[in-house]
Amino acid sequence: MKVIKIDKTNWSEGLKNLRYSYKLTGPVKGEKFYNFKELDNGEVPDLKYSNTRLSAKSIVFPQSEVMLNYTIDESKDDHHIMKEIDTDYSPRALIGLRPCDAKALTLVKLNFDTTDYKDPYWLKAYEATTFVGLACDDPSSTCFCTTAGSGPYNEEGLDLLLIDVDDHYLAKVITEKGATLLESAGWKTEAGDISIIGTKKSDAEAKIISKIRTDKLKEKDTLEIHSAPFWEDVSFACLNCGTCTFVCPTCWCFDIQDEVHGNDGTRMRNWDSCMFPLFTLHTTGHNPRGEKIQRVRQRFMHKLKYFVDKYEKGIMCVGCGRCVRQCPINIDIRSICEKMNSYEPAM
Amino acid sequence: MINPYQPYPVRIDNIDIATEDKSLKTFRFVFLNKEDEKKFAYEAGQFAELSIPGKGEIPIGIASSPVEKGFVTFTVNRAGLVTTHLHNMKAGDIMGIRGPLGNWYPWELLEGKNILIIGGGFAFTTLRSSIVYLLHPDNRSKFGNINVVYGARSPGMLLYRDELAEWEKRDDINMHITVDGTDDPDWKYNVGFVPTIVEQKAPPGNADSYAIICGPPIMIKFTQPVLEKLGYEHDHIIMSLENRMKCGIGMCGRCNIGKELVCKDGPVFTLAQLNKTPKEY
Repeated sequence: MKVIKIDKTNWSEGLKNLRYSYKLTGPVKGEKFYNFKELDNGEVPDLKYSNTRLSAKSIVFPQSEVMLNYTIDESKDDHHIMKEIDTDYSPRALIGLRPCDAKALTLVKLNFDTTDYKDPYWLKAYEATTFVGLACDDPSSTCFCTTAGSGPYNEEGLDLLLIDVDDHYLAKVITEKGATLLESAGWKTEAGDISIIGTKKSDAEAKIISKIRTDKLKEKDTLEIHSAPFWEDVSFACLNCGTCTFVCPTCWCFDIQDEVHGNDGTRMRNWDSCMFPLFTLHTTGHNPRGEKIQRVRQRFMHKLKYFVDKYEKGIMCVGCGRCVRQCPINIDIRSICEKMNSYEPAM
Repeated sequence: MINPYQPYPVRIDNIDIATEDKSLKTFRFVFLNKEDEKKFAYEAGQFAELSIPGKGEIPIGIASSPVEKGFVTFTVNRAGLVTTHLHNMKAGDIMGIRGPLGNWYPWELLEGKNILIIGGGFAFTTLRSSIVYLLHPDNRSKFGNINVVYGARSPGMLLYRDELAEWEKRDDINMHITVDGTDDPDWKYNVGFVPTIVEQKAPPGNADSYAIICGPPIMIKFTQPVLEKLGYEHDHIIMSLENRMKCGIGMCGRCNIGKELVCKDGPVFTLAQLNKTPKEY
């Protein structure tokens, strides 16, 4: 395991070097919140944030994305034939995402990278990206990553992990891709004593006092939890606004729509949400999840039961706490997880 | 990397009005690129996304049979945006087909078995594909007795009437065609709802017999107890589901029933499998 020391005085110089080979994306503070954006020339990522308002998923999976294009002009030879578009998948680096967001992308990959089908848009963007994580020393009260399959220093899904140590960063090399990025930046001073990483990691983990239990989810009977009485209570105040799915790093559901301007058409996909009745509405008017309780149940059952059973890679949640913080009526996935994990049907 | 969202371009080769109320039409498509037909190799029971540039896509069961070459057909009910537009298209128009998608009726498992096919209304399309497949000279000897119960509201609402009449004449398939009601004095088949005719005409179930059902929810609801009474076990009752779909390849997330995705793990499930999933279809 190689660890490189980057003096903060060399930080922007290295980023400048990186721009020759990578498009850079990083957290930037907007009027109120931190969000990821493509960095302009000379712009440096602001690494003083706790977590971004939205997750990093849009870097690989844009909220709106053109998939195919076509012409409906019948005087053209290729009218009404759908063609692949030319998308730029040149190397890009995502600088400073939190370990929870990186882990989330490894879970989402299970959906888009299957033996039967590969989603070319998601996979090409994922492969083009070098993920430079930023270890989390000051977690929020809503963070529960350590019991959600991740952690403040978790390395899954990352190519490099940056650890902020006063006047320098320690960059822990996790993959070959990460090593290549360090070379491109010209950061090559090997760190001497790295025992501080272990200390900082334990300190950070100890700060995360919010915990969930997931150990019994797998053995529970799907239909029993599905028909549990607590869903009525859990969903009662839900507005079905979809904020939770929008901010969630592991929510991947999407819609496909056609758009035509003049004779030029595109087929695009847009983030969608299981919170919306239209998501499952049949043309006949029948709707398998037409009621709010059914939609709220679907969201949690998918994350905490169906996903667990299907992939055996734990829950579809990394404990980032965004849905907990941003839900307008304070629905808390931690308490729902506990209800599910401890549920025993009445005899 | 193959792009599973990119449809094969096709030309509408022929359009037939399928029912007397004109709400269903059968579209025959030919592939613009001959090699795409091979890539589209399918099994009876699968579906595809009919893709109309500028309008969108709609998942429809494949009505033609794997033993029919040179074209694919789909019988489509006019219902929403895409299907209404499709109904207004004409022979020669260009559009797309994406597929084949989903699983199919378990033909290998069904070899050597007696098969009871039950269909209602316009859910007879993949069953038509199946019957043509079963009756093909290369295949018929591989299967046991074949019984078909097919019902519609009225004689004019039955799909594929010419073929039904031909199958009636054969002695290697027992047809039980029925209508809910008719004032046609020359109607020579059954009158009555599908579950009733199943009860009267279908052979009893045993270890060597399977039932395949496709139809409106109300028909399925009342047929299920009849099949149980006839002795068909839940893992011998095979059903095809539908749900709202977009991607058709298990990625967009909306058609799930529990952890199963209707588009990819289905649309074909046994009743035994469905008993274990939430009824969100």
